Amino acid sequence: MFDAEYFNLGYLDTLSYQNTVIHRLDPRAKLIATLAFILTVVSFPKYEITGLLPFFLFPVLLISFGDIPVRFILKKVLLVSSFAVFIGIFNPLLDRQISISFLGISISGGWISFLSIMLKFFLTISSALLLIATTSFPGICHALQKIGMPEIFVSQLLFLYRYIFVLLEEAMKIVRARDMRSFGRKGHDIKTVTRLIGTLFLRTMERAERVYQAMLSRGFSGSLHTVKPYSFRAVDAVFLFTTIVLLYLFRTRDIVGTLGRLSMRALG
Amino acid sequence: MHMADALLSPAVGTAFWAGTIGTIAYCTRKLKNTMDEKLVPLMGVLGAFIFAVQMINFTIPGTGSSGHLGGGLILAVILGPYAAFIVMASVLTIQAFFFADGGLLALGCNIWNLGIYPCFIAYPLIYKPLVKAGSSPKRITLAALISAVVGLQLGAFSVVIQTLLSGQSDLPFRTFGLMMQPLHLAIGLVEGFATAGVINFVRVSRPEILESVASEHPLPANISIRNIVIGLLVAAVLSGGILSWFASVNPDGLEWSIEKVIGKPEFPEKENVMAPVARSIQKKTAFLPDYNFRKSEGVSEGPMPGQASMPRPVADPGRSVSGILGSVMVLAAVLVAGLAIRAARKK
Repeated sequence: MFDAEYFNLGYLDTLSYQNTVIHRLDPRAKLIATLAFILTVVSFPKYEITGLLPFFLFPVLLISFGDIPVRFILKKVLLVSSFAVFIGIFNPLLDRQISISFLGISISGGWISFLSIMLKFFLTISSALLLIATTSFPGICHALQKIGMPEIFVSQLLFLYRYIFVLLEEAMKIVRARDMRSFGRKGHDIKTVTRLIGTLFLRTMERAERVYQAMLSRGFSGSLHTVKPYSFRAVDAVFLFTTIVLLYLFRTRDIVGTLGRLSMRALG
Repeated sequence: MHMADALLSPAVGTAFWAGTIGTIAYCTRKLKNTMDEKLVPLMGVLGAFIFAVQMINFTIPGTGSSGHLGGGLILAVILGPYAAFIVMASVLTIQAFFFADGGLLALGCNIWNLGIYPCFIAYPLIYKPLVKAGSSPKRITLAALISAVVGLQLGAFSVVIQTLLSGQSDLPFRTFGLMMQPLHLAIGLVEGFATAGVINFVRVSRPEILESVASEHPLPANISIRNIVIGLLVAAVLSGGILSWFASVNPDGLEWSIEKVIGKPEFPEKENVMAPVARSIQKKTAFLPDYNFRKSEGVSEGPMPGQASMPRPVADPGRSVSGILGSVMVLAAVLVAGLAIRAARKK
């Protein structure tokens, strides 16, 4: 199981180093646009469904302009759907009052609010994943610092990200060694595992010491510097402005209803 | 248990983000004054350690299911509350981005639930007073158990409160609480045992690490209980006041605040010649047209708890048909746009 998760982490990282229109945008513009998108989606009331549909344009555009594999994003979103589904599924059980009947099918308010939660879930999670898939994590850290996050926190994020891969490798080795020496459920008890974790902890402390010495010998004096310069160009401003205008229109206009009425009229 | 974007309202999400960012700023200021630069790589590598540890799962005695270490408490024991909170916040941030645990708006809530309680309540108020330099392993185990349980109970309770304030779920307070609290009692016990096991192991094999970390970074020493209590009270009053204000004025915070800014006319218009004209103009330029089925035919019976006056959708076959037709068209348009861009880029 963790092989898959580990692979995904690396894969997302690889995706973020492509060179497309979306990838070239300034991280700040993408970060702010994504946050605005999430806030707008979440601001819809509980029973909203139709108003959420036009918002699928945002992830679809990012996926197609950014050359991101659709299946990968879909799989990842489904993989993490646990908590929202777990809590949301109580709505149809608790709220059984019929609110819409259409062509003989009656739908309770609970199912509508559940569907609304699922739509919001899909939109918010996929946009967060797409942000990381189209912007490298160091890029996002850079954006956070420019927006005003404290430097200590930003360098902590960069450090953590750098060493996740190293330590996951180490944990994988430990788990593999345990599994080869133990049969069945042996070696999985809490006593053995705390010792394994303790060992990993001691190795981690030693690694921190070595890292620190290596940094010192390279002239570390308390803060990290990024090499890749980002600049907020006109394209970024246009992207951000368009996104916000579209979000505003989608939030305030009834796109689905208008289209529906127009097509009804066209059909006679 | 990670909170999710889809269950949050913007008001609750941003309020907890504000609290979380405030705490991060406070911790970094504290760290800047006392920290030696040695802590920079140590914090980073320990954050990665928390990730790695979650890969080593164990069997929970008696149940057969498997669990893993959460990490907030053990970080606080090793690094002290301020550095531990920063590390915990960074771990959760990476989880939100890469594993999509919860989402970006819910990240503020998640850092609050899993960072504040172990670092600023469980550790300084429970673990620290109970454990002295020469405490026995049993005493350490007991202290870790109580602290982990208290930390996770508070975290679980916050998830319940955040969900209820947001009003997306129909779960009543009692049911939700009765579901979350016992579940997290079990998780807390496991967390406590695992944390104690690791601390005791390290104390036996390399005692100087725990001692040197504690003496080199005497961060917990200058944290007074009085300050914590006052800070928490202020935070509780502020957030409670702001949240209940938002929640009571309008369940849909954004809609309400936009209306407030733009000033949709609330006063009754005088019935004169101009009135129909004005009304039709207003209809055409209506800022938030009531587009879907909600609010169409009045409110149905029985206000739900915490959900006082949320209008429920009411049937209207004509509008349903046009709604479904419109939905299909919008989704088709989005899909076609995506496919067209993809095809154009392939060339």
